[in-house]
Amino acid sequence: MIAETGLIALWLAAALTLLQFALGAIGLRMERDEYFAAIRPVAVAQGLFVSLSFLLLIWLFLRSDMSVKLVVMNSASVKPLLYKFAGTWGNHEGSMLLWVTVMGLAGAFIALFERSLRTRTLVATLAAQAFISLGFYAFLLVSSNPFERMFPIPADGQGLNPLLQDPGLAFHPPTLYFGYVGLSVAFSFAVGAMITRDVGAAFAKAMRPWVLGAWIFLTLGITAGSYWAYYELGWGGWWFWDPVENASLMPWLAATALLHSVTVLATRDSLRAWTLMLAVVAFSMSMIGTFLVRSGILTSVHAFAVDPERGSFILALLALYIGGAMALFALRVGTVKEGKRFELVSREGALVANNLLLSVILALVFIGTLYPLLVEAVTGDKLSVGPPYFNLATGPLALLLVAVMAAGPLLRWRRDNPKTLLNRIAIPILLMAAALFALALFTTGMSVLALLGLALAAGVAVASFAPLWKRNLRRTPLHIYGMVIAHFGIAVALVGMACESSFTEEKLVAAQPGDEIVVNDWTLQFEAIEPMAGPNWTALESRMTAQYGDGAIHEITPQNRMFAAAQTQTSEAALLTRWNGQLYVVLGEGDSEGRWQIRVWWKPFVTLIWFGGILVALGGLLAMIGRLRRGYMQRKQREYAEMML
Amino acid sequence: MKAKHQRLTLALLAVVALVGAGLLAAYALQDQASYFYTPSDIAKQKPEAGTAIRLGGMVEEGSIQRSADGVTVEFVVMDADARQKVTYTGITPDLFAEGSGVVADGRLDANGIFGAETLLAKHDENYIPRELEGIDMTSGRNKTETLVQ
Repeated sequence: MIAETGLIALWLAAALTLLQFALGAIGLRMERDEYFAAIRPVAVAQGLFVSLSFLLLIWLFLRSDMSVKLVVMNSASVKPLLYKFAGTWGNHEGSMLLWVTVMGLAGAFIALFERSLRTRTLVATLAAQAFISLGFYAFLLVSSNPFERMFPIPADGQGLNPLLQDPGLAFHPPTLYFGYVGLSVAFSFAVGAMITRDVGAAFAKAMRPWVLGAWIFLTLGITAGSYWAYYELGWGGWWFWDPVENASLMPWLAATALLHSVTVLATRDSLRAWTLMLAVVAFSMSMIGTFLVRSGILTSVHAFAVDPERGSFILALLALYIGGAMALFALRVGTVKEGKRFELVSREGALVANNLLLSVILALVFIGTLYPLLVEAVTGDKLSVGPPYFNLATGPLALLLVAVMAAGPLLRWRRDNPKTLLNRIAIPILLMAAALFALALFTTGMSVLALLGLALAAGVAVASFAPLWKRNLRRTPLHIYGMVIAHFGIAVALVGMACESSFTEEKLVAAQPGDEIVVNDWTLQFEAIEPMAGPNWTALESRMTAQYGDGAIHEITPQNRMFAAAQTQTSEAALLTRWNGQLYVVLGEGDSEGRWQIRVWWKPFVTLIWFGGILVALGGLLAMIGRLRRGYMQRKQREYAEMML
Repeated sequence: MKAKHQRLTLALLAVVALVGAGLLAAYALQDQASYFYTPSDIAKQKPEAGTAIRLGGMVEEGSIQRSADGVTVEFVVMDADARQKVTYTGITPDLFAEGSGVVADGRLDANGIFGAETLLAKHDENYIPRELEGIDMTSGRNKTETLVQ
């Protein structure tokens, strides 16, 4: 009965979504206030029903109800509870249901709490949101019903893939999904404002928390995904320009640009059409990201063509939404009044530069990711675009972007004097020059990009705190602190990236128990190889000790695991973290002479990459809290003033 | 920025930036995109020595040889019509085995031996690298059924 109830709840939610759309569309056309009044409760009810449906699916997974096909395919009764729970969205149908659930909850949230927008714009926003959700409801109900029963009922499920039993994988996809959905909400706001011709500061203020929220989730998702790939794959790399990684990076780039332009719109009422366009692009990127990951097109264009239903459905949705959004933008951009003007040297000017650079980087990643797929689809030729392209094309632009980031916050809005900017930024520039000089003098073999990156990071780290200079720190608004911390986080991550690429030391040896391996200041003692057994795997474990200089002796145990059920082998790297870097040890195969391949990396300051990512997200969080609090205060004051009148 | 035409200027800037991105991408792709080669492709038209390419095919039965230093392997990647000698120094990936598919990034040296810098093997029974998909490797071992999804 649980499955049937879930399906009914899903149908009801879909029907309510249709009603939500109809109320909005007809209400706006006929200017009927009672329609406007009805749309809020409908949106809330929709959110509740779709949540119920998702909760029931979770329950089915937790109970290991093997009469439900999705549970059979993706779970097993012996799985740890956490992975039964995470298994709910670790598959196609479940993740699509998660998507509409988050979407529905976001709609309910807007309906309940959004008070600053004009009623018509709010109604149009909710209608746009319903329209987007409808496509996904249709997708679920027509071609991917998560509650489908199975007969005969099998004894147990088949979802035993050990590679998927990892906390990183369990919570990584939902994090990205929250980001994607947040961008679709921002997009709904943009559509709503375009429909009612209400593009201005109020709209930007209503949209901003959603953009910020989406951006925080995407930042966390990308950071976590990068660390997962780093420790799980055993290759010692932290970013591979894999299409799946790019699918999350592209929405992040667009969201970053949108975040900055929406601030211009909210604060200065400039860049109106520009912000709308970025909202459209950010949403398109999140749809393309979903399409790339969900359609199976990445594994193979061929597989996509063989089982075209799902992929084609998402592709059709993609075309409908993006095409519709672009068309609406083209139709309405003429009616968007030009915003306030500004001089080239101004905060706005720097933010325009930020937007342009981010857009170009986005375009480069986009082309590099989709070009091979396009070529293969058209000509059948197989082609690979790899790190050399992405690093060469985006690296220099990213450094330029970071330089703009250092200067931008030090500029005044509307108009500023280049000379006073130079005064404000003199210290960071001197520091950067000194760092560049010192690095060029004392290091050898650094690539130009890494050299510039490290020197730039030194300057930016200082410059990011400059906005606090001569301010009363107690009265500085929270969102300024948020900006400072996020920008500082970028500098921190940049230091990590440059150090990792320049100062990593690596050793690959075939060693016997008893051998000593020396890398940088580390001395590793290879003691023994021992067989091990886990719940569903066997492993060979090498026992080693590692000592940094004369410091304490640590025991490390890199493993090679063999999963019997899935015929899968994974290597479990051993990581040892110090304040100044990470030791990374991988065990390879043994040979007939009793030697074992061992690969050791010493990666100075590599952890700063992810630490920086967390700082960036934290900065975003502070900014969001600060903005929401300030908006709340202002509304209270306004209400109070109105009451007094 | 002339205040009168600010909006037009911004729109033009955006167009210039995107066209610039397109040109930059085209240039970088032409220069850097490593084309995917099968052993037959190399036999037909040999890429220049030192050019970064990606090679994919099946590891020939009985061809894996580990050298004395314990960390270098030599093996032959083959498809239906041709064979290509490969050398690789490093830890071979999980499930790298004879009769199994492999994708290698690297360069041909002057003697026509492919020096692999990274190796990618199919890492579980259900996954194969995109490039290996649909390539006829029947002459390897009877693995075709697991290779076609």
